Amino acid sequence: MSDVEYRRAEAAQGGLLIVRGVEDVAFGDRVRIRDHRGRERNGQVILAAEGETLIQVFEGTDDLDLDNTWVRFLDQPLSLTVSPGLLGRVFNGIGEPRDDRPPIVDGEARGINGSAINPAARNYPREFIQTGISTIDGLNSLVRGQKLPIFSASGLPHNRLAAQIVRQARLPGEASNFAIVFAAMGVSYSDARFFRESFSDSGVLGNVVMFINHADDPPVERLALPRVALTAAEYLAFDLDRHVLVVMTDMTNYAEALREVATAKGDVPARKGYPGYLYSDLAEIYERSGRIRDRHGSVTMVPVVSMPSDDITHPIPDLTGYITEGQIVLSRELHNQGVYPPVDIAPSLSRLMKDGIGKDDTRDDHPRIANQLYAMYAKAQEARNLASIIGAEELSARDQRYLEFAKDFDERFVGQGEDENRSIIETLNLAWELLSRFPREALTRVSETDLAHYHRSGDKAA
Amino acid sequence: MSEQRSGHIREINGPILKIHLPGGRNGEQVRIGSLDIVGEIIALEGEDAVVQAYESTEGLRPGEAVEGLGHPLTVELGPGLLQGIFDGVQRPLTEIAELAGDNIPRGLRIASLDREREWSFVPTGELEVGAQIGAGAQLGTVQETETIEHRVLVPPTVSGELIDLAPSGDYTLESTIARVRDAHGEVHKLKLYHRWPVRQPRPYSRRDHGVEPLITGQRILDTFFPLLKGGKGAVPGPFGAGKTMVQQQVARWSNADIVIYVGCGERGNELVDVLESFPQLEDPHTGRGMMERTLLVANTSNMPVVAREASIYVGMTMAEYFRDQGYDVVMLADSTSRWAEALREVAGRLGHMPVEEGYPAYLGSRLSAVYERAGRVETLGNTRGSVTLIGAVSPPGGDFSEPVTSHTKEIIQTFWALSKELADARHYPSVDWVDSFSQDVDIAAGWWAKNIGGAWANRRIQALSLLARDAELSRIVNLVGPEALSSAQRWELEGASLVKEAVLQQSALDDADSYCSPQKQFQLLELVMQVFDRGSELITLGAPVQELAEHPVMARIRRAKSTWRSNETEDLGEFAREVYSELSTLRSEYASSQEAAS
Ligand SMILES: Nc1ncnc2c1ncn2[C@@H]1O[C@H](COP(=O)(O)OP(=O)(O)O)[C@@H](O)[C@H]1O
Ligand SMILES: [Mg+2]
Repeated sequence: MSDVEYRRAEAAQGGLLIVRGVEDVAFGDRVRIRDHRGRERNGQVILAAEGETLIQVFEGTDDLDLDNTWVRFLDQPLSLTVSPGLLGRVFNGIGEPRDDRPPIVDGEARGINGSAINPAARNYPREFIQTGISTIDGLNSLVRGQKLPIFSASGLPHNRLAAQIVRQARLPGEASNFAIVFAAMGVSYSDARFFRESFSDSGVLGNVVMFINHADDPPVERLALPRVALTAAEYLAFDLDRHVLVVMTDMTNYAEALREVATAKGDVPARKGYPGYLYSDLAEIYERSGRIRDRHGSVTMVPVVSMPSDDITHPIPDLTGYITEGQIVLSRELHNQGVYPPVDIAPSLSRLMKDGIGKDDTRDDHPRIANQLYAMYAKAQEARNLASIIGAEELSARDQRYLEFAKDFDERFVGQGEDENRSIIETLNLAWELLSRFPREALTRVSETDLAHYHRSGDKAA
Repeated sequence: MSEQRSGHIREINGPILKIHLPGGRNGEQVRIGSLDIVGEIIALEGEDAVVQAYESTEGLRPGEAVEGLGHPLTVELGPGLLQGIFDGVQRPLTEIAELAGDNIPRGLRIASLDREREWSFVPTGELEVGAQIGAGAQLGTVQETETIEHRVLVPPTVSGELIDLAPSGDYTLESTIARVRDAHGEVHKLKLYHRWPVRQPRPYSRRDHGVEPLITGQRILDTFFPLLKGGKGAVPGPFGAGKTMVQQQVARWSNADIVIYVGCGERGNELVDVLESFPQLEDPHTGRGMMERTLLVANTSNMPVVAREASIYVGMTMAEYFRDQGYDVVMLADSTSRWAEALREVAGRLGHMPVEEGYPAYLGSRLSAVYERAGRVETLGNTRGSVTLIGAVSPPGGDFSEPVTSHTKEIIQTFWALSKELADARHYPSVDWVDSFSQDVDIAAGWWAKNIGGAWANRRIQALSLLARDAELSRIVNLVGPEALSSAQRWELEGASLVKEAVLQQSALDDADSYCSPQKQFQLLELVMQVFDRGSELITLGAPVQELAEHPVMARIRRAKSTWRSNETEDLGEFAREVYSELSTLRSEYASSQEAAS
């Protein structure tokens, strides 16, 4: 069947093509389309009925002419050929080389959708990854196998932060052993170049697989891209025992492509025109991260999600937050104050931190000091609000102290250099240094033993 | 049930298929195509039927064969449920992992309950062969786990004359342990298990009312917004606010007999967390392993949407089954919003008219039908049992006015509203004391007065009004600054802060405080309210608020919850007396200095 070309296109719009009168087409199968100029396009069957087939065309349906469109059903699902030769290569959203090198042929073709990991086969992720960034390591720790997105917005340095994480991430005391899967959807040429140079500068290019769809590439291809990239990641992790760090940017472009296709299909919209299945669709992607029992590798994800109009309640970041294991939220306000990385700790969260830190992993006081920093920062924000109403001079001595703390915290704990790689111990010591301005009685979230060990009363206490 | 029939696929549109199957029935199970995947008929159109598939339809083709199985979605009910983890249509996930590896394959045929395993059955002594026996009567018992005795019941659809009953011994699930001849002369062979259709509530004799609170060991829940055994509760909150933690805490520490935790469209790792951590925990009420009374239903967010819709019914049917044995069951559903979304997705594909945010008009009635299955009942076997249902709700953007939250709010009795502001400040559990409510405080008060302390109801009200004053005063401060407040008012702010930090905040991760017994709950509340009252007196005597607020004993009060565990209430009591005597000393100092001044 795959040799037969049909010229039965009946309608084409919005990336979708309808073909009539072809029998025996499997749902989800891959399709090859030849247009009137002889150019090939790729597609996938998204509705298979008796006599009618709906095809999603990855390169889009622009410029198709129905009479001169030939469709071939390849009788196989969308797949990626995996082999160790993936490392160091660059592909497009459906796994075709875009680095002028030949396609990978000597490997196994794997369906890109994967099937759900059996929860009973998972291991709970608990190995602390040191990123060298205090707001992450100290307050929102990342562990191997976690999916922890960066919530950002236009103009904020999410790419620089993601690149810094890639450069610095390692288990404390170990040399970096991460393989990197870089999945770029709808990115600008300059952003793609930034990442490539960053990988190349840190000498990891040979450990990176890139899947790139530029801003001017067809949006429909973005629907396949993360799935193709994760097929590569799973292969590296669970077949080749590598610890894989997957950087995906920008998932908002992915979700927008999904909306585009859903609208063309006439799917019932839920919020802001996004289809009701956006949650499940994103979950199918994000849940491919993790640790699996009896497997040595892991898939850790750091996706970038931009918040349209800086709105964290927009459906894309909102649904993402419901799926991922926390989020690192960037703040325009901090960015405008010149703080890098501008991580707003209040809405940031790592859900898997609790089992990855503490006595055996980082340091005994870590969970409590993190908690204490949060509590103090929350109070400091109240003091800041109050100061903005009645003026800082009118504040009580206690509130003044909170203000000073907040300023120090933003500048010294949140702020750090783009090349500054702090060990977790440095981060925790810095936390104590900042908190030691408060008397011991004010620090009730840490234990008395912690205070005895780490509180620097005398040298800083007011 | 009726015999199998065959037909074929006409159309595949994601999880929804159109098939040709004359004589199909709504709700009927079907096996589909060469992949042999399972689905359920949800609509009929002449000789065609619309089917929702529980598994991915990728690779299916129009024309492939379909088989109608003649029965609706059922679950197996019998020994072997506890400690298990099942998917949304009750397939055993541990066995699937052993059989098929890391990922869940399609078209697997596997029984929910182990057919090989032998269970030691002990027949009920007083049952006599030849006697009439009713539905729900207890035939005997099987020790299912160390803590839980599984009561083998006559299924709800069977009654009549007991022809014979197996003697004590080891039996597999398929062995006949009793035979019953019904009024029509038909003989029913009863086994250690039976099946039940999940969408049909299991019958009971009559509904009873709730009589005592479910003790969860969480202060903000038990002391402030109690839920009764057999009650209906909801935990709404934006992502990260702590819904799952609240549910897991209830699963861990509540004084239920059986816990059914349904992960409905949520994260895989959260179930792994339960699977890995529960076996290491001890039930504070029985001292036994926590997992022995627990069973999990896992239909994670990446598993097929349609099975997600089914998972709630599957969990509920198992809950009712243990209720019928006379147990108090707690079922946690995380999250009912994902269930509602599954409903919406299917409705959308069926072309049902969306009414609000894409949800079909029947959202409210479906939701209340699910919650209605909770309750305390007198069972067919004349014992009492209950199902408490606690559903997490995940409102988009944290907006509680959205359809699922607002419908749920009208159905439930206890509402634990989680707040993003509290969670952002790491005030956990982030249950908002303003938006939350419980309609059963009076019944709970009776229990507390009888078992713990008569002052409970008053202290609770006092603490809540202090918190309300705090909100009011904080508004004033934010308008005109703290100077506008009197000393008494500033002491109220301090008192509220003490209530929040010493009573309300309770870290699930704090080994000493993760579970807090009712006794300890009351002691902490009493301590804080006493300190507030005595402090107020001191303030009127002229003590400066700041001196009181910064008194070293305040830090110790804030740490008291983590300093003394639930079994150290004597020491906690000792500490409270120390605090009171210290405050008395202060009081006499101020009283005498005031006298001297006058
Ligand atoms: N009672 C609690 N004690 C300590 N930490 C908590 C508590 N509740 C929530 N948290 C923290 O908040 C995070 C998110 O909670 P979770 O229950 O997963 O939120 P949700 O289900 O509402 O998205 C947890 O990973 C944990 O770090
Ligand atoms: Mg949750």
